Amino acid sequence: MTDKDVIIRLENVSKSFGGKKVLDNISLDIKKGEFLTLLGPSGCGKTTTLRLISGFTTPDSGTVYMDGKDISGMPPYKRTLNTVFQRYALFPHLDVYDNIAFGLKLAKVPEKEIEQRVRKVLKMVSMTDYEDRDVESLSGGQQQRVAIARALVNQPKVLLLDEPLSALDHKMRQDMQIELKEMHQKLGITFIYVTHDQEEALTLSDTIVVMNEGKIQQIGTPADIYNEPVNSFVADFIGESNILNGTMIEDRKVNFIGHDFECVDEGFGTNNPVDVVIRPEDIYIMSHTEGAQFSGTVKSCTFKGVHYEMFVDSDSGYELMIQDYNAFEPGSKVGMLIKPSDIQVMRKERVCNTLEGVMTDENHVDLLGGEFECMPLAGAEAGDEVVAKVDFQDIELLDHQEEGTLAGEVYVILYKGDHYHLTVLTENGDHLYVDTQDIWDKGDLVGISIKPSAIKLSKRNDN
Amino acid sequence: MTIKRSSWSIPYLIFLLIFVVLPLVLIAIYAFQDGEGNFTFENIARFFTDADSLSTFALSLEVAIENTAICLLLGYPAAYILASKDLNRSAVTVILFILPMWINALMRTLATAELFNVFGVTLGKGTLLFGMAYDYLPFMIYPIYNTLNKMDKSYTEAAQDLGATPGQVFRKVTLPLSMPGVTSGIMMVFMPTVSTFAISEFLTNNKIKLFGTIIQENINSSMWNYGAALALIMLVIIGITTLFNDDDEHAGKAEGGLI
Repeated sequence: MTDKDVIIRLENVSKSFGGKKVLDNISLDIKKGEFLTLLGPSGCGKTTTLRLISGFTTPDSGTVYMDGKDISGMPPYKRTLNTVFQRYALFPHLDVYDNIAFGLKLAKVPEKEIEQRVRKVLKMVSMTDYEDRDVESLSGGQQQRVAIARALVNQPKVLLLDEPLSALDHKMRQDMQIELKEMHQKLGITFIYVTHDQEEALTLSDTIVVMNEGKIQQIGTPADIYNEPVNSFVADFIGESNILNGTMIEDRKVNFIGHDFECVDEGFGTNNPVDVVIRPEDIYIMSHTEGAQFSGTVKSCTFKGVHYEMFVDSDSGYELMIQDYNAFEPGSKVGMLIKPSDIQVMRKERVCNTLEGVMTDENHVDLLGGEFECMPLAGAEAGDEVVAKVDFQDIELLDHQEEGTLAGEVYVILYKGDHYHLTVLTENGDHLYVDTQDIWDKGDLVGISIKPSAIKLSKRNDN
Repeated sequence: MTIKRSSWSIPYLIFLLIFVVLPLVLIAIYAFQDGEGNFTFENIARFFTDADSLSTFALSLEVAIENTAICLLLGYPAAYILASKDLNRSAVTVILFILPMWINALMRTLATAELFNVFGVTLGKGTLLFGMAYDYLPFMIYPIYNTLNKMDKSYTEAAQDLGATPGQVFRKVTLPLSMPGVTSGIMMVFMPTVSTFAISEFLTNNKIKLFGTIIQENINSSMWNYGAALALIMLVIIGITTLFNDDDEHAGKAEGGLI
């Protein structure tokens, strides 16, 4: 069943903890010798995926293969892979040498060979002469090196790294990144790396797997992921970007921020709503407006070391982030250009909220655990199952949870140039998507209310 | 008027002086006096030359060591099970194990003696050890449970990851890392068992005399000076064992333990 190159394969793997789905039907092939990074915000399932591979968790359904063999139920100590733990987990009762020799002693490797291998691996992580040191007397960076040495000395086929650099300071982290990359090239074994730091992922990886809410969003090379994000989540998570609502007028022609643009994308149909991503460095900005595709006014300009970061209000009323080597004074009139190949068009994941509900009486419907007033639906009676569609902008968020029909928490905020697109987590753990002009912060507790006329009902059996 | 923060500790200082320091000083003074109040080493010398006293002392140590060993053998597995998330999911079980400590030890001992009486068990060393283990087991379980419970799970995972079977994980990681709790538990059980007298009185009908018993007898029969000397000797011995515990604490490190 396997290609020769694949060392680890996850097939339709799902996992829940306490009724909450952490991994939702994930499939992933990991090639021999590659540096693969699982990237995503906390709670996206990346650590669970790693623990499935290391054997500390078993899948509820689906299979984990290593070298073509099903290892789903195999205990960790039988697996030929080793882990570098987030907080290193060096044994405090053993010194550096005994920590590193731990695995080899268990494997009954002759004492002489253990000594050679420990010395060799210590040299590789530049920790020679530290054999007799107490692990707790070492700095964070040194402990990190010992943890890597302890894993590598066993010559695993796959090295798993669980956010190994998160406890280090910025400078140290950058140095370790380079060292890890060099180690990977030298050893030629597979590295599976977990991080929430997109910059780290872009720097280190051959392949990045972007995850969110238990699902794989995109798999690709760092360049693919950066240049061609498949959805607004990936675009927002990786690097800075302008994410805008657009309409695909026809092949190679998209409208956004009130203008038509030429682009290179095809196959999105005609007059279909899409998301458009433009990286801030891909907008050309100039002090004259002739020859420009659109014009605007500079609102702010900040020096960022290499480039200037500017926020520009387009004349059509959208705010754009632009990075350029030249500074433009706030208040000055500017012209802007975007190359067709720099416009990344993405299918919208959804164009409105689609909710399942139950009619409680003629003009009330139970949605997401709250009872909303609605317009009567012909032929629907209490107890009937219905589907409700609610447009993003028709959901009203209130300052106090008790004022709304439902209580929720602002979970994700995406700025779309002229409005915010929020993901609101309801008490039951469902997601509602809301467009608003108001400024909310992540974690704000809000009341949710919907006007009766905004709830468009249809019978569940109809479709 | 404002009271300086440092003066808040004065009541506690007074308490310590009256109830801890003063009695200790008195014990020391009495131990080195004869009946007329003259300074003497006689009391100390008497202990080391009196075969009876020495053998009682040896027996006390023997019983204390045996009791500590029994508590350790029963207490470690119990603590391990309680601390294991797989084997025990409820905090109630932990409380149930500690619960006997809420009832006065004397009452429990009397009740145990009564039970032996009802079932016609002859009182002797066996019943003494049973009663002691019953009384002191929670003191062994709790510190060990505490250490195991606080132990970072990633240590055992790291060991498994490096190829250790569950048995090896226990021998090479869990057990050594739980040693602070074990030494703490040993002290908590050993120290009071050396000096106890009530348990031996009730559970052996005074057939077996322990060191604590002879101190009590001396004091009760107004032999204050010899009693004080014996108490002082016991204090020194317990003090020495505490020092060993401190050393272990440094060697083992990791948080935990009851004292």
